Amino acid sequence: MVNQNFINFLAEGQPEYTDGGVLAEFTWLIVVLPFLAAILITFFGKYLPLQGAELALGTVLFIFSYSAALLYQHATKGIANEFFINVGSIGSYDLEFGWVVDGLSIMMYFVVGTVSSLVFIYATNYMQGEIRYTFFFTSLTLFAGSMLVLVSSPTLLQLLIGWELVGVCSYLLIGHYWEKKENSSAAMKAFITNKIADVGLMIGIIVLALSTKTLRISEILYQSTHDYADIKTVAYLGGVLLFIGAMGKSAQFPLHVWLPDAMAGPTPVSALMHAATMVTAGVYLLGRMFPFYQGMASQALDIVLLFGVITLLGAGLVAVVQDDLKKVLAYSTVSQLGYMVTAMGSGAYTAGLFHLWTHAFFKALLFLGAGSVIHAVHTNNMSEMGGLRKEMPRTFSTFIIGTVALAGLPPLAGFFSKDEILASLNHEGHNLYFIISVLGAFITAFYMTRAVLLTFFGDYRGDGHPHESDKMMTIPLIILSGFAIVAGWANIPGVYTGFTKWVTTRKNYIVEYHPESFDLVAMFSGLTSGLLGIGLAYYVYQMSGNATDGDEKIKIKPIWNLLENKYYLDFFYFKFIIDPVKITFAKFVDSFNSNVLDRFVNGVGTTASKAGGIVYTNLDQGGIDKVLNLSSTGTDTIGSKVKLIQTGKTQQYLMYFLIGVIVISLIILLVL
Amino acid sequence: MSIQPLLIAAAALFSIGIYGILVRRNAVMVLLSIELILNSVNINFVAFNAMLSDVFLNGQIFSIFIITIAAAEVGIGLAIVLMLFRNRETANINEFDLMKW
Repeated sequence: MVNQNFINFLAEGQPEYTDGGVLAEFTWLIVVLPFLAAILITFFGKYLPLQGAELALGTVLFIFSYSAALLYQHATKGIANEFFINVGSIGSYDLEFGWVVDGLSIMMYFVVGTVSSLVFIYATNYMQGEIRYTFFFTSLTLFAGSMLVLVSSPTLLQLLIGWELVGVCSYLLIGHYWEKKENSSAAMKAFITNKIADVGLMIGIIVLALSTKTLRISEILYQSTHDYADIKTVAYLGGVLLFIGAMGKSAQFPLHVWLPDAMAGPTPVSALMHAATMVTAGVYLLGRMFPFYQGMASQALDIVLLFGVITLLGAGLVAVVQDDLKKVLAYSTVSQLGYMVTAMGSGAYTAGLFHLWTHAFFKALLFLGAGSVIHAVHTNNMSEMGGLRKEMPRTFSTFIIGTVALAGLPPLAGFFSKDEILASLNHEGHNLYFIISVLGAFITAFYMTRAVLLTFFGDYRGDGHPHESDKMMTIPLIILSGFAIVAGWANIPGVYTGFTKWVTTRKNYIVEYHPESFDLVAMFSGLTSGLLGIGLAYYVYQMSGNATDGDEKIKIKPIWNLLENKYYLDFFYFKFIIDPVKITFAKFVDSFNSNVLDRFVNGVGTTASKAGGIVYTNLDQGGIDKVLNLSSTGTDTIGSKVKLIQTGKTQQYLMYFLIGVIVISLIILLVL
Repeated sequence: MSIQPLLIAAAALFSIGIYGILVRRNAVMVLLSIELILNSVNINFVAFNAMLSDVFLNGQIFSIFIITIAAAEVGIGLAIVLMLFRNRETANINEFDLMKW
């Protein structure tokens, strides 16, 4: 039994939206299919010609085409609908699962579908011959499926389920090569860091559900925009708690520590995780709950903004000192997520999601490009690369496109989305944050140019002869670079603002500033900082692309050390959180265990054993056994006495017989 | 003729037989004593038959049966004694206690 909920949007008077028809009604297919495929791959994958990869590929290609159809229909007609399946109730709460088909989730479906398809194609070649190939595709399919559960959820409960599933799948994938200790501990770190944040999300959900008496997101959003008193009292708390959840998944400072370590997983996983599936979840959550934030929890938005800005600057700086190519990209992702969160925090809903959209394509492109390079040179360290532009022309040119898109030069995707964030910050009057974001754009351009110069220019510093990757790997790169170019054109101020229309399905709930034309201050500063960053990096590292010489020029010892140690955050966590927990808490638990629990258990054990002993000696041994033994020993003793009569001497027997006869005769004679 | 002397003779014979069985150690002598007892019984049968003037001669017929059985019994008894003597090289009845516990 499926309930539709078309009213909540329409009641606000939005005639330009349709209910989506059959296409929307069957959107559950793209959520369920990955799980089905994962089960099939697990059980039958090994017997298939491509070891299960074809099932995974088929699934994601289906998701891609379905979401493309949805996006097309949404862009032309507009869809705003959600579906609920009631499966029971907990107290007064309806336990509902379902799927949302509105602009925000359609955008996410498309991002997940596109990036997953390309990453999966890429992975079939990249992972060729690696261990647990089939299992890898199972987890990868599950990963995409979990993300779809998350973004399709019309209730907070389903969102939480998807949220946790994403965490579990990321654990499986990051720890794919778990035989090496670092990899399994990286997986553990990702899982635990996320778990800490998840507690915040969970409490936030409970707080919101208790105050609104519902788990439906649209109902909560309705209440939070219509001045309901109950939710108003907890709005600040709920907003902050939800943001703590988002901080974990979207790797915001100070919970970003898991993400660079998550590079331990195979590169396709990094690409998928950083572009489409895991890290966008937090931004998605902020976007999904945006009317709530704007309606009631605007104070919480200030905190969101603060953390976003800290993250975008801090992570960007750390990316400058990294030698590991994937880690540069990882910190870059953290920094870009900072941009998205900053946008959300400043009230620029569309800008944040737009950056998510463009970032998904060019970051997937960059990661897959980095994977292609790593596949060729068998190392992650840029100090052992260099000069690869000749050997790997296709990887090189696509990587350049990704870099330029990330650095924010027109007309590539990053320019438009970053510009919109900067414009919103400028418009809202957050001057300090605006300057920091511009600085962030400068740093972004700097570290990306540095990475390109170190990887592709100068002389080759590694061993062996790297060569261009297989077509199966370069074709996704080329397609993604196409997306990296055109994705930004979905929202050009003054020219075409389709994207804004896509994602603001709940238009009446969202009040935000949409630049009618380019904000010249923002555009100028963003562009200049990008160009300056590229120029400075070029000046420092030259064409030679020599890392040590270049790093020397900008090395300011204390700052450099601080950055290389990642602000001593890991050190801090170990020293002040993990070790105290390990030493004090674990000791306490241990002593509690041995003194209280063990004593109790031992007490029960010894009492039972004593009681058993008493029963044994008294009832069993003293009672039943004694009776049995007595009867047998009695028989034995009597028998051993009686047997003596039987001497075997015939004359003796005869004597007895005679005596007997005489006695009987006398009795007969005298008595009778 | 009075029956009393006959009964006394038979009782004496019976007592001698019992005495022989209980006292003699030689198995052959024990067998002989059994014969004495059987014969004392025979005397009783014949005496009572004569005294009661039984026309069917039941007492005499019975004594003939007893003589027959005594002959068979002595045959078996002597054979047993003979086998015991062969195996044990003694006819002492006290040593024939195989049937004890």
